[in-house]
Parts: sequence; structure tokens; C-alpha cells
Amino acid sequence: MSTATDPHGHDVATDAHGAEAHEEHKPDSYYVKIALLLAALTAIEVWLSYVDVGPLFLPSLFILMAIKFVMVALFFMHLKFDSRWFNLAFWTGLVLTVLVYAAALSTFKFFMPA
Amino acid sequence: MADLAVPSAGVDAHGHDDHGGHGAHATSLGLSNNKLAMWLFLGSECLLFGGLISTYMLYRGRTSDGPGPDQIYDIPFTSVSSFVLLMSSLTMVLAVTSSARHDDRSTKLWLTVTALLGATFVGGQVYEFTAFYREGLGFTTSLFGSSFYTLTGFHGVHVTVGIVMIMATRGMIARNRIPGSKPEVVELIGLYWHFVDIVWIVIFTLVYLIPA
Repeated sequence: MSTATDPHGHDVATDAHGAEAHEEHKPDSYYVKIALLLAALTAIEVWLSYVDVGPLFLPSLFILMAIKFVMVALFFMHLKFDSRWFNLAFWTGLVLTVLVYAAALSTFKFFMPA
Repeated sequence: MADLAVPSAGVDAHGHDDHGGHGAHATSLGLSNNKLAMWLFLGSECLLFGGLISTYMLYRGRTSDGPGPDQIYDIPFTSVSSFVLLMSSLTMVLAVTSSARHDDRSTKLWLTVTALLGATFVGGQVYEFTAFYREGLGFTTSLFGSSFYTLTGFHGVHVTVGIVMIMATRGMIARNRIPGSKPEVVELIGLYWHFVDIVWIVIFTLVYLIPA
């Protein structure tokens, strides 16, 4: 959100998303609920590392990790309410990271001696 | 370009640019340059941590004669550290919303709590590193040790830098010395802090919870 200062010295939202800028900040209780949900997901992750769920172990951990990651990005970092350009900047970096290092790790898997 | 944009930063009612000397220039996208720069920075940080995490994944089984992950990780302790960092994200977002409401008192309070939680996390990491070293895992003991300390150490440095930024911002708010928009500055610091948190979400799962 870009801002400027009005003649009285107060900050005013003035960008293209200025209209939503005041709506994007939810009440504090909204963020507390999300934090509690994140804490619960973390507790489930830790619990999974102590019990034997067989082949579901890795997929479960990856899914929980992805949910927590996306929740923080969307709600705490406000990507859900913010400009698509910010989304583009961040998710492009992330997707590029996953692709580049998945390719790199696969290469090591194929070409490194066991 | 400012006049092509929808109403944007630094343009007054008469169409004059008011740069204010604080870098809040208008852009043709109608977005804040500072915020766009922060998001691009965070996007590039993904690549940095992606490289470190991949290196760890590659070498976590190379323990040489030193201890391995299963022998030294203290999952309950790290879980508490993770919870602390997660809660610091909550207090940071509360600081951001307080700042948006122009409530300086609450902003300073939540920033202080965030910094304290961050310091608790870093303290836990120092304790963990010390314990691991005493158990025989030095930086050069094995490829596992090198990649582990490099990854978690880099993350710890990011948290420490975040704490310094938070406390500096808190001090500047107290002295009313924030240049430009106060809510935007707090929001930018918040973005960095949340990013540090989401990196830890990945590290916690991939490094600590998934056995080698």
C-alpha cells in the first residue's frame, strides 16, 4: 500500500488498492484464530513424528507443511488481500525455487554413486 | 508516469508530485515501490534458502564418524521453539494492524513482544547448537554437520537481523522519526518477519521431523 501525507500530516492510503486497504486488516481475533489453527497443525505434525502411520507419514507432513506455509503467506502476509503483482513476485520465486532444486536433487539422485 | 496511474502515492489533489523526500513515489502500477521491492527480495530469498535446504537434504546422511540426525535432534525442544516463532508471527501481525489504526502504543507493545519471542527462538538455537557441539557435532565433523549448521545458522542470522530491524523501528516510532508512512514501514518489517517464519515451517518439517 502506498501512502502519502495529507495537509494535516496524517497518513492516507492512496494507491490503487487504497479502497480495500482499510478492509484488509481484519480484527485481531481473526489473526488469533489463524495462529491457533497453525499451532494445532504444528502439534499434529509433531504427533505424526511419534506415531507409526506407515506410508502416509511423508505425504501427511508435506501437506501440513504446505498448508501452514500458504496460510502464513495468505493471511499474515496479506497476500490474499493484496495486489496480484506482489503475489506474482513471491510465488514466482517460490515456484522457481521448487523447480530448480527438484531438478538439481534429481540430478544428484541419478548421477551420484550410491 | 505518476499521472498515468490511478490515484497513487505522493500525488496531491492538484496533480503535483509530492515526493516528500521519503521515496514514496507513484508507479504506473499504483503500487508502493518499497513494498514491491520487499516482495521481490523475499522471492529471491526463496532461492537462497532453497539452495541451503537442498544441500542439507543431499548431505544429511553423510555423518562420517560423527553423530547423525536421529541421535542428536531434540524434537520436543525444537517443537517449542517452532511454536514460539509461530506466535511471534501473530504478535507481528497485531503490530501491523495496530500501526494501520495509528495506535502507536499498541504497535510498540506488539513489536517489543515480537522481538522478545524472536530472541527466545534465537536463544533456543544457541542452546541447541551448544548441546550438539558437546555431543560431538562440530561444523567440520561431517557434511551433515556443515550443511545443518549452515542452514539453521543462516536462518538464525535472518531472525537476528529481524529483531534488530524490529527494535530499530520501535525506537524510531517512539521518537517519531519514521520517514514516510509509518504503517508501511511496519508492514515491510512484518513481511520480512513472516517470511522468516515460513522458512522455519519448511525447515522444521524437512530437517527435524523427517528422519534421515
